[in-house]
Amino acid sequence: MKLAVIITLKKDVLDPQGKVIEQTLQNMGINSLKNLRQGKYIEIELDELDEKKAHSTVENMCKKLLVNLIIEEYKIKKI
Amino acid sequence: MNSTVIVFPGSNCDRDVATALTKLQFKNKMVWHKDNNLPKSDLIVIPGGFSYGDYLRSGAIAAKSNILKEVIRAANSGCLILGICNGFQILIETGLLQGALLRNRNLKFISKDVYLKVINNDNKFCKNYKKNNIINLNIAHNEGNYFTQKDHLKELEDNALIPFKYCDKEGSINDNNNPNGSINNIAGILNNKKNILGMMPHPERMIDSLISNTDGIGLFNSILN
Repeated sequence: MKLAVIITLKKDVLDPQGKVIEQTLQNMGINSLKNLRQGKYIEIELDELDEKKAHSTVENMCKKLLVNLIIEEYKIKKI
Repeated sequence: MNSTVIVFPGSNCDRDVATALTKLQFKNKMVWHKDNNLPKSDLIVIPGGFSYGDYLRSGAIAAKSNILKEVIRAANSGCLILGICNGFQILIETGLLQGALLRNRNLKFISKDVYLKVINNDNKFCKNYKKNNIINLNIAHNEGNYFTQKDHLKELEDNALIPFKYCDKEGSINDNNNPNGSINNIAGILNNKKNILGMMPHPERMIDSLISNTDGIGLFNSILN
């Protein structure tokens, strides 16, 4: 089973890299752009058929290593 | 006094720290990150550099290495731990120190000499400095922008757990002399028991007036005496 983890900085943590990307896109003339946050995307393949179990394994990975819970938040998706 | 410097793939200040420690009469040993045993140590130094190429987050992978389990055990039993630069980032990732080190506010790697004010000297790392001393140390980092929650920040300020803050030549602390955007100009913090110090500036680079200055000696001397 394959899962993806999307990690972004929490809303109240300044994302200077995201700001630069946002400003550049606005300077390129994309006026409808309101807000942009950048982050990390990790694909994980597991030897597991049970979706619930796979989800909880990845959740554990996030808490123990992949995510710094003080400044980052994450979403897990099946792909 | 026995000291140990932990070496990771990508550490690049390990030998500088070892030179500083030996010069100041520590009996120093270097320990590779894969080792499972720590030599008997009064002080463990986690040096600067780019452990594991800063993959995932600075310090995240090193924090899970074999030897760090032993370092955490030693820290919990009161051994002095000094994390410099990437060493500070590693200590944060282990949870021995609280908070986070974000990318520098200006998104640039900053390598320069900065002024620091000794805010709290009532700890084993700083007692040879005087309170409000202004010292000049070097910084060289990309992720040194210290951030923490409001209640922890208050705890740091109230309990004298901030040894150093960035300042100007005259000792004034404000946003103009904050190189990386750290909250309250914090350059280093202690844990509650004051046996663990994490700091972004490099005291080991300031131990010889021939190549820089000697402002870093006070820190190593404090530990010795």
